[in-house]
Amino acid sequence: MINRQPNATNHPTRTIQLVVNGTAYERAVEPRHTLADFLRYSVGLTGTHLGCEHGVCGACTVLLDGEPVRSCIMFAVQADGHDVQTVEGLASDGELHPVQQAMWEQFGLQCGFCTPGFLMTMVDLLRRRPNPSDEEIRDALSGNLCRCTGYEPIVAAMKQAAQQMQEQP
Amino acid sequence: MKPAPFEYFAPESLDELLSLLQQYGDDAKILAGGQSLGPLLNMRLALPAVVLDVNRVSALDFQQTSSDGWHVGALTRQSRLEDNDGLAQQQPLIAAVIPYIGHRAIRNRGTVGGSLAHADPAAEWPGLAVTLEAKLSIQRAGSPERHISAEQFFVGPMMTALAPEELITQVKIPAWKPGTGWAILEFCQRHRDFAVVGVLVRMSMFGQQINEVAITLLGAGPTPIRARRAERLLMGEAATEAAFAAAAHEAGQEIEPDGDVHASADYRRHLANVLVGRALQQARQRATGGSE
Repeated sequence: MINRQPNATNHPTRTIQLVVNGTAYERAVEPRHTLADFLRYSVGLTGTHLGCEHGVCGACTVLLDGEPVRSCIMFAVQADGHDVQTVEGLASDGELHPVQQAMWEQFGLQCGFCTPGFLMTMVDLLRRRPNPSDEEIRDALSGNLCRCTGYEPIVAAMKQAAQQMQEQP
Repeated sequence: MKPAPFEYFAPESLDELLSLLQQYGDDAKILAGGQSLGPLLNMRLALPAVVLDVNRVSALDFQQTSSDGWHVGALTRQSRLEDNDGLAQQQPLIAAVIPYIGHRAIRNRGTVGGSLAHADPAAEWPGLAVTLEAKLSIQRAGSPERHISAEQFFVGPMMTALAPEELITQVKIPAWKPGTGWAILEFCQRHRDFAVVGVLVRMSMFGQQINEVAITLLGAGPTPIRARRAERLLMGEAATEAAFAAAAHEAGQEIEPDGDVHASADYRRHLANVLVGRALQQARQRATGGSE
């Protein structure tokens, strides 16, 4: 596991405590360290990706207290005392989450760079709209950018995941 | 794409926040949702010595119906408004506009006060505040709360009447008159982008006549702009196609938009004309008020 502190400087740090994918962490961070970099470097979970670092592409999307946020424009210190879920926390007991299974079966990824962000957004949509319409799916996913797939297989995966979760809640 | 170092405070009381703001003034930036400040910090377009995180001042997170209308705390997240099912009846224009603000992840952090203080002329909350004739409550340490109308608050692009030591605490929106029509239309190239040009309309009728109308343009000038000349053409008039066309044309004429990579000034005028016309039609269809 990578545990490389991104603090090569001697700038003041503060200690934060948070839960990531069900595990408690206590780490020292500079206030300017983004939540995304904290997850990638301090916790060693590199599934959260950096596409644009200004909140547009959605590749950095994680769930904060169950709700999707752009981790590239949040600071780790703001997550002190909170609960974070990343893409690494979706599968359980070696079984893929329905959104992961559906993305695989529907060829919803090629390079995979945007995929973690899409998955976290999809998980949130399913929780709020268990039976989303085509329009609701496209609207909800419009904040995640993909350069490879042309989006249609991602929409198909979302529909499949919704259907499957309705059948086996 | 990493922020420069800054000192950071996250007070839990409003008094403490205001005292820190008084102390650091110009050297400090308030961090609320971070959806606008975050990118600026990442790109080092903002280099504050101090960041004052307002997110733990829970007293600023509220929605309240009052005798003089609807009050919303500055720290209220857009997504809480989105999920407030009662809002569609109480403040239909606000409820309709919220989903246009970015995407869900943005709305989960972005706040009402933050959007107003950031004052992007293409943003929805500044346009809403101007259309609804909202009053902003502003505080600084050691002084009583002051109030300012939304229209006076927005001074230029990303520029407001806020002094460095001041904080928006809440927004007061007049009660919505039942039967008032409304519309929101935005033109952009990707779904839920910032509007290249956007229009907000509030219209109330008395019989077949328009007795009150507000037309606000987003992205068509340095601040959200009330198309006053267009409004004057409509006041007291019958809500006809011809009246709407004349008002829409006037709206396109009275703005002085910039040209940029997204659209030329001429195209923005054209968009304003088209969108105002459509918005007036939609608002008329929704308006049911007034006695015959």
